[in-house]
Amino acid sequence: MPDTTTTSDPSYHVPAEGESDDAAGYYVPGEPIVDTKAPGGPIDERWSTRKFEARLVNPANRRKLSIIIVGTGLAGASAAATLGEAGYVVKSFCYQDSPRRAHSIAAQGGINAAKNYKEDGDSVHRLFYDTVKGGDYRSRESNVYRLAEVSTNIIDQCVAQGVPFAREYGGLLDNRSFGGVQVSRTFYARGQTGQQLLIGAYQALERQVQAGTVTTYTRHEMLELIVVDDGEGKKRARGIIARDMVTGAIETHLADVVVLASGGYGNVFYLSTNAMGSNVTASWRAHRKGAYMANPCYTQIHPTCIPVTGSHQSKLTLMSESLRNDGRIWVPKKKEDCDKDPRSIPEEDRDYYLERIYPSFGNLVPRDIASRAAKYQCDDGRGVGPEVDGVRRGVYLDFADAIARLGRDAIEEKYGNLFDMYARITGENPYEVPMRIYPAVHYVMGGLWVDYDLQSTIPGLFVTGEANFSDHGANRLGASALMQGLADGYFVLPHTIRDYLADGPFEKVAEDHPAVVEARESVQRRIEHYLTVNGTRSVDSYHRELGNIMWEYCGMERTEDGLKKAIDLIRTLRDDFHRNVKVLGSADSLNQSLEKAGRVADFLELGELMCIDALNRRESCGGHFRAESQTEDGEALRHDDLYAYVAAWEFTPEDAGESWATPMGTPVLHKEDLTYTAIEMKQRSYK
Amino acid sequence: MLMAGSGLIFIGFVLLHMYGNLKAFAGHDAFDEYAHHLRTMGTPILPESGALWIIRTVLVLSLVVHVYAAVTLWRRARRARTVRYQVKKHTGAIFASRLMRWGGVTLLLFIIWHLLNFTIGKVNVQGGATNDPYNLLVDTFDTWWLTLIYLLAMTMLGAHLHHGTWSAMQTLGLTGTERARVRSKRLAFAVAVVVTGGFSLVPIFVLAGVITK
Amino acid sequence: MRVTLKIWRQPDAATAGAMHTYELDTVSPDMSFLEMLDVLNEQLNAAGEEPIAFDSDCREGICGMCGLMINGEPHGPEVTTTCQLHMRSFKDGDEITIEPWRSDAFPVVRDLCVDRGAFDRIIQSGGFISVNTGSAPEAHSIQVPKEAADRAFDAATCIGCGACVAACPNGSASLFMGAKITHLGELPQGQAERDNRVVSMVSQHDHEGFGGCTNIGECTAACPKEIPLDVISQMNRDLRKALQHGH
Ligand SMILES: Cc1cc2nc3c(=O)[nH]c(=O)nc-3n(C[C@H](O)[C@H](O)[C@H](O)COP(=O)(O)OP(=O)(O)OC[C@H]3O[C@@H](n4cnc5c(N)ncnc54)[C@H](O)[C@@H]3O)c2cc1C
Ligand code: HEM
Ligand code: HEM
Ligand code: SF4
Ligand code: F3S
Ligand code: FES
Repeated sequence: MPDTTTTSDPSYHVPAEGESDDAAGYYVPGEPIVDTKAPGGPIDERWSTRKFEARLVNPANRRKLSIIIVGTGLAGASAAATLGEAGYVVKSFCYQDSPRRAHSIAAQGGINAAKNYKEDGDSVHRLFYDTVKGGDYRSRESNVYRLAEVSTNIIDQCVAQGVPFAREYGGLLDNRSFGGVQVSRTFYARGQTGQQLLIGAYQALERQVQAGTVTTYTRHEMLELIVVDDGEGKKRARGIIARDMVTGAIETHLADVVVLASGGYGNVFYLSTNAMGSNVTASWRAHRKGAYMANPCYTQIHPTCIPVTGSHQSKLTLMSESLRNDGRIWVPKKKEDCDKDPRSIPEEDRDYYLERIYPSFGNLVPRDIASRAAKYQCDDGRGVGPEVDGVRRGVYLDFADAIARLGRDAIEEKYGNLFDMYARITGENPYEVPMRIYPAVHYVMGGLWVDYDLQSTIPGLFVTGEANFSDHGANRLGASALMQGLADGYFVLPHTIRDYLADGPFEKVAEDHPAVVEARESVQRRIEHYLTVNGTRSVDSYHRELGNIMWEYCGMERTEDGLKKAIDLIRTLRDDFHRNVKVLGSADSLNQSLEKAGRVADFLELGELMCIDALNRRESCGGHFRAESQTEDGEALRHDDLYAYVAAWEFTPEDAGESWATPMGTPVLHKEDLTYTAIEMKQRSYK
Repeated sequence: MLMAGSGLIFIGFVLLHMYGNLKAFAGHDAFDEYAHHLRTMGTPILPESGALWIIRTVLVLSLVVHVYAAVTLWRRARRARTVRYQVKKHTGAIFASRLMRWGGVTLLLFIIWHLLNFTIGKVNVQGGATNDPYNLLVDTFDTWWLTLIYLLAMTMLGAHLHHGTWSAMQTLGLTGTERARVRSKRLAFAVAVVVTGGFSLVPIFVLAGVITK
Repeated sequence: MRVTLKIWRQPDAATAGAMHTYELDTVSPDMSFLEMLDVLNEQLNAAGEEPIAFDSDCREGICGMCGLMINGEPHGPEVTTTCQLHMRSFKDGDEITIEPWRSDAFPVVRDLCVDRGAFDRIIQSGGFISVNTGSAPEAHSIQVPKEAADRAFDAATCIGCGACVAACPNGSASLFMGAKITHLGELPQGQAERDNRVVSMVSQHDHEGFGGCTNIGECTAACPKEIPLDVISQMNRDLRKALQHGH
């Protein structure tokens, strides 16, 4: 566990007002934004207060209220199941061929809960504390406290559903410690926790399908949000336009309320640990319709992934962080050793750089530090593994010492499945040759802005799971994304959404309402556009190029110049995309290039906003490292006086009218100040 | 389930039958006595041949059920995949399991012939007497091609039982654990070997001249 | 590496398909099988031919979205998913035949994509434990012996990919179904609905047009998660018991 010192570092540089505004000119300042739903009072009573104050909907009325849920990951499936049980009419959407395949399935490590089964001093308050601190004091304390509070219910619920968590011989649940915390509060199901939790939620969802309360729409992609004026000047979310990916039909689905649980947008980097289809389209379309996007630049980069082998690479595979417990990370001291067999490099020619720079934490420094350090070594020309685009991106993770110390069997017992996975993917035997690892984009903390009720700035549009920004601040603790997804879906949204629905059923919207027609036509126009550009480059080639730009300039380390350059590059690339992309096939059948074109087009807009957000935040915090803001030792340096706020970005419609190349106007920045009453802000140090 | 039930009845019968046939080694009288006993079994409680008729009824019913189930499964399997693979490997299947249907058909043909041979028609290709079971048997197997047919049929039967026995256990849910599974596989193999072997002995020995009139 | 690919192409469910042959000579042994297809698709796109549609999402072997019949074996020659298969399992100059899962219960959507909605419907018919959100007892009030928990887990690792159906000469989904029945049946939480579950799932299975199981065992050999045949036995046993209980 890191020591925490208050911000008394002599090098702490407080920029004068204005000096830090790197992003001047890229955005327009707007009114501050406040979360009006969070109740005041003692932190441990806020959630009960809110639940109590949220209005009720009587069971007979629920059958008249309809809810659209986009996404069937942990956040979406759990919400659909629970709201279905409550008796609402639920429609659930996902782009895969079955709800069970949502990206949540890939989570390996585990899920946190403050059960304190180990009697090791854990509590709701400690989980809350660790989460806020892990998020580098950039999350909202009320939300985080609630998350910690309901975490225990999640485990009860999942066990009752038959989720086969790991157990001890006595038949009770087992826990492990995860992500550098000192208590064992992580529940796990071998290396497949996400899968088992998702299957539990999926089964609960399918049960509701059988009961007739939920209808599932698989291989359906949401392409637009329908926002309708309710006649009293309020623009409410009232439905979505979705494309049936098999028949190509553009469908209109109307409802009283829309929930986005569409996951994270890490694929803006092209290579990430996300599933191939993970996208920002649902969120981005909502953003364009008025939902604010919060902290889009906060990205989590995971240090232990399997490195890229060539330009054909389509995605990256994560290996559990637990490997760092026993593996030692090093690179050759001499550049000429980089392509040698690592076993032939003598001890004195190896640089165990983490152990050298961070003697007290060594190989166990936090994710972002470990990631950045690896990048520096490789940029310095001392990376190992195959050369891709002129750079070797990889460092050794060596188990030779551990095998010598503990024996091969012990290592196999602990990490056997990870070693097998590594061997399958790389064709190398990690018991013999050191593993190679490299950081990869893993999770995004940013997302659509929501209030305490998980409602976005568009009334009637709720956002849950990784798609919202709410609980992890600038960095997420290991094993808490699963916790958040299920907390939102099973325990939070069902309460908060009823307060909104208590005003319903809202007046029926006709399919030929101008707002609906406009939404539908805009989708058709876009599809028509991609299919008729008829240029020369494939969608994937644009995606890869965008990914390279993002990784280079908006990845592990960000600088003012780099970000500005990236914005220019993205704009040029986007312009080229709309003139020169080549999408074959038709709109009325399964067309995977067309699907990708829509997603990449949205990534090309999001990428720019991420850079602007990163440019604006001239501090380092959590997953966001601005080279301009570091201590003398190269540690991340926060500026709480200037940046203790959530950056919520408002979209402005295109200034240039109908041109595809300039689809975005200048974004407006709304700040939500973060205040902490239950916890004191501290600067971290891992030396 | 129907398949397994009727199949198990067959197994029972076949084992019994084999035991009887092996009496051929004990010579003419013992065998004829067995054939006779078949008919008098159960008397006086049952009329002459009563038990035999019960066995026959059960067998015929089983056969009907078995064939019906076989045809149903076959048709379902065909309907489940109307477009065939261009290339298909069979990994994990023992050959016997894929032989089940053709094996079954072969057995059906065999049984028809066999009944004509020994029970209904009592065909003696050597033109000898047909009312003496033992002699009929020896005459039959003195003919090399008849023996060949029988031996082929026995091989098929062996294969059918090899998979069939294990399959029946599996279908009845008696193989729920790794150990039980291994055990029932062994049992299936044993049944197959014993039955094929047991049945084959008589014809072979007749042909070889060990068993004579 | 250079490979010759014979790939099934079919515009949609209603139109007949056929095999097409493609040559690819820029294959690296480090590519995954699907990355090899990505490269082929880039090539086709550049040449003005529509890319080949195939499913994949996680590309980590866990979501169950991918699945191709490769040289007559579901997921190809290794015990893994198609996305985790690498080109180093093939040799320079190999001819590789790629087909979709063939099962009438899994209609072809396009090229190599099939519709596995039947699996969802089987789960709908009873593959769950009925517990409403919020009504769960404290987790530690339910104790599960480790052995049962482990066995349930082994069965629960099924990813719903459909390789078992693709492999089975009878086109049966018994392995998939048996896996779910064993997962839930091993746990105390799953007992209340045990009889009902197996009866409805099996009847839904038959209704979907899957074939009957004759215990051939090709399914388990094709299963990337190595679900053992005992799950089918357990399913049969549960079914027999349920019938005895008067279902
Ligand atoms: C390799 C890996 C390992 C991880 N390990 C852990 C871990 O150990 N512990 C932990 O806590 N977290 C972990 N995480 C993070 C965690 O898995 C995710 O943050 C979380 O699962 C997100 O869940 P979600 O429900 O918000 O979204 P997702 O599961 O991503 O679901 C998104 C859903 O939205 C649908 N969708 C998206 N766009 C559209 C559209 N336009 N139209 C229709 N549908 C759409 C998709 O079909 C899908 O159903 C891991 C992540 C990765 C990548
Ligand atoms: C070499 C092997 C076999 C020999 C020598 C043999 C011999 C005989 C004989 C002598 C009879 C007549 C008994 C009688 O009517 O008194 C008979 C009847 C019969 N055998 Fe076989 N048999 C053999 C194999 C089989 C096999 C493999 C099957 C079935 C799978 C079979 C099924 C029957 C049946 C159904 C009858 C009729 C019984 C009845 O209803 O009377 N036999 N067999
Ligand atoms: C009369 C002609 C017969 C036909 C057409 C036939 C056909 C079949 C078929 C199609 C199966 C299905 C199993 C599969 O494909 O794996 C089967 C199973 C079986 N058969 Fe036969 N068979 C016949 C005779 C016999 C005989 C004579 C015996 C025993 C002596 C027998 C014993 C079995 C057994 C034990 C099974 C396994 C049951 C199960 O799968 O649960 N069959 N048979
Ligand atoms: S049982 Fe195996 S092959 Fe069948 S769906 Fe599950 S994982 Fe795939
Ligand atoms: S291959 Fe088919 S027949 Fe049964 S054992 Fe497997 S489902
Ligand atoms: S793509 Fe997910 S299992 Fe292969």
